[in-house]
Amino acid sequence: MKLPLLPWLILFLPLLAAAAGMLWTLRSPARTARLSVGAIAGSFLLSVVFIAVNGWLPAGAESAVTWLAVGDLSVDLGLQLDSLSLPMLLVVTGVGGVIHVYSLGYLRDDPGFARYFACLSLFTFAMLGVVLANNFLMLFVFWELVGVSSYLLIGFWFGRPAAADAGKKAFLTNRVGDFGFLLGILLVWSTLGTLDFGELRKIISVRPDVLGGAATLAGLLIFCGAVGKSAQFPLHVWLPDAMEGPTPVSALIHAATMVAAGVYMLCRVFFLLDLPGSHALDIIGWIGGITALFAAVVALQQNDIKRILAYSTLSQLGYMVMAVGVGGPATGMYHLTTHAFFKALLFLGAGSVIHALHHQQNIWKMGGLSWRMPVTFLTFLVATLALCGVPPFSGFFSKDAVLAATLTGNHANYLLFGLGVAVAVLTTLYMFRLVFVVFLGSTRSAHANAAQESPRIMTWPLALLALPSALAGFWAIDGIYAGAFGGEGGAGHGGWGHTIAMLASLAAVIGGFVLAWRLYRDAMDDPLPAKLGGLAEAMRDRFYLDEVYQGTVIRFQDACAGFADLFDRWIIAGVAVRGVHGTTEFVGRALRLAQTGNLRTYAFLTVLGLALILYLALG
Amino acid sequence: MESLLFYLFSGLALLCGLLVVANPFSRNPVTSAMFLVLSIVSLAGLFVLLHAFFLAAVQILVYAGAVMVLFLFVIMLLDLDEHQRRKLSRFGLVTGILGAGAFAMILLGAVVGSGTREGLTTSTLEGRTAGPSAVLGIPAAL
Amino acid sequence: MIGLEHYLTVSALLFCLGLFGVIARRNLLVIYMSLELMLNAANLALVAFSRFNQDLNGQVMVFFVITVAAAEVAVGLALIVALYRRRQSANVEHLTTLKL
Repeated sequence: MKLPLLPWLILFLPLLAAAAGMLWTLRSPARTARLSVGAIAGSFLLSVVFIAVNGWLPAGAESAVTWLAVGDLSVDLGLQLDSLSLPMLLVVTGVGGVIHVYSLGYLRDDPGFARYFACLSLFTFAMLGVVLANNFLMLFVFWELVGVSSYLLIGFWFGRPAAADAGKKAFLTNRVGDFGFLLGILLVWSTLGTLDFGELRKIISVRPDVLGGAATLAGLLIFCGAVGKSAQFPLHVWLPDAMEGPTPVSALIHAATMVAAGVYMLCRVFFLLDLPGSHALDIIGWIGGITALFAAVVALQQNDIKRILAYSTLSQLGYMVMAVGVGGPATGMYHLTTHAFFKALLFLGAGSVIHALHHQQNIWKMGGLSWRMPVTFLTFLVATLALCGVPPFSGFFSKDAVLAATLTGNHANYLLFGLGVAVAVLTTLYMFRLVFVVFLGSTRSAHANAAQESPRIMTWPLALLALPSALAGFWAIDGIYAGAFGGEGGAGHGGWGHTIAMLASLAAVIGGFVLAWRLYRDAMDDPLPAKLGGLAEAMRDRFYLDEVYQGTVIRFQDACAGFADLFDRWIIAGVAVRGVHGTTEFVGRALRLAQTGNLRTYAFLTVLGLALILYLALG
Repeated sequence: MESLLFYLFSGLALLCGLLVVANPFSRNPVTSAMFLVLSIVSLAGLFVLLHAFFLAAVQILVYAGAVMVLFLFVIMLLDLDEHQRRKLSRFGLVTGILGAGAFAMILLGAVVGSGTREGLTTSTLEGRTAGPSAVLGIPAAL
Repeated sequence: MIGLEHYLTVSALLFCLGLFGVIARRNLLVIYMSLELMLNAANLALVAFSRFNQDLNGQVMVFFVITVAAAEVAVGLALIVALYRRRQSANVEHLTTLKL
């Protein structure tokens, strides 16, 4: 490996920008933004240079310094450079960089401009850390850092209660998953004695049964982290709420990169999940499938443009997790990469629409925007086609690979294939619903009538992202990822599975499109509630999961908190603390009565005491 | 004769002591001081009975002479007003009797409880003056 | 015959008289006199012990007591005078604070 210092520079450039932004240039928004954009652009260029010099490093390489040495445990601050992390590096810095530029336009007049960019740089640093980490501890540290920066950015408009609450919700929900993740890490460490991915892989390859009966448990606990971060069912509730953040944040963090961190982590430790005797992958696959279907169904009846995209993200994340679960991590990563492109593009397009419509997010207040905002419309259409899996757009290839993996992967599951196809139908349906309602038909509000194309600084990023969204399928990205898994992680090319998957997904696209055409072409309001009745209502209300959580988890937690509050207020502060203080004060008050300052009283008391002592001593 | 003197002096000392602290006829500090002089002189008499002649002399010189003169001077200097020489307060009386009484009980109890040490009366010690030899631990016969 | 316990009894009574004076009286000067009385009672006990134990140490101790008492009276009375000048009172019930 040449240029071993370059990855460190790539990792720390955004941190430097974040530190500078937070510490020195907070009062100078333009300078902060320039630093931030410069840092991520620098990281991107350096990544390109590094990859150009070293290739994709399928064999993997590390650059590590010892960070902690406590007893037997030695933790490296190390970078894992292989064909899994290097493409991810490009995705994070590339998509991130485009979104940085887009933010310059989107948040131009926001008073928190400088803070926004500082947080964004912090996030970039954390995400790069997650991508590059070569051991569990470092991964976990950056994992949490990602969570913090996500919290900061969701609650960016902290003056709005909804945003502040959404930030808290995201953070706390993630905490639940991270708790399991931490337990999983501890379990791995206590049984295998190391946290280093390379060493773990070595141990596992020598003795695959080393974890024994704990293999399933360890796999599932580690998966818990992904459930939280990648918003899998049942911890998915935070992601739609996270849309309270600025739209570029939604695009970068809650669509393209951070939520993908869970999937990435699963792929990174895939060797730990795919053990003989472990059922972790089956469960992971099912969770992914359920999430994909559930989110797609819910997305069908959302009316907030960003929420539709959020549920779409959930659904696609479910796809990726499902791909990992059926034994095709490379296809999962492939879909992650293409998804990063077109989902970021979708969000940025939605941001452009929202920006043009003065923060109107209800799709039924839009309509007929296609000729008013041509660039936005065209790029949005490209992304939609990619998401639906229309050939030859990128999503077609990756979605195909995922579906093929469900048929031919090591843990192939035909039920999941059926589920995947159903989701593909739903995906096409809700995405074209979105396109028809927002961009076609007649305008439904005054704002929509007056809408204008966004400034160039926002449309250029759209065009930049439309390119890979359309063409990434021809770049053989799956081949790169397959290299990281020894060539076996990907689904077999050209096999029977691929043919069936392709046909099925084409049929799904056509079916979904026809449905959407019939239902939503020129629709003035949603025809589905009338047809489905209560089901549509349930879909719109997200199947009442939030209410269920409100009623159970949160109520239970509130009860616990109330009890703890009472305990603290009455037992700790009341009896214990105030008891000590009260007794002291009471004794003090009593003794103060004796402190009269009167000589005769003192003399009397002294004599009495002396008499008592003498009595006791002589008697 | 000796016991007569003892009773005379000790009675005088106690009576005068009482009149120092609680004179029923006068609250004048000068009276108290005068009775203190008498009490001290009586004590000097008791010292003589105990064959501590020099001490008796010093007692009279220092106490009855120097100290009492100081007292009287100060009394004169302060020129206490009449209204400040009030009667004993009930509080003082009760606490005083209580404290002093308790203390007296214990002291007397200790004195009486120790019992009479045989042969240790003034008569048996007649003619034997405590001298330097006793202090130095040398037998008196030498 | 007069024994040690006679002297000790007189000493104890005299001491308690002084004690009573200290507790009961309000005039600072009289309290001072009562203190002297208590010192003298102790002196008497010491001399008596000295006599009956054939040991001069008791009398030596009395010298010290007298010396210290004389010095103490000189200083104490000076303090009382100073206090009286400041407070116009020699009544202990009026002298209950440390601040002047």
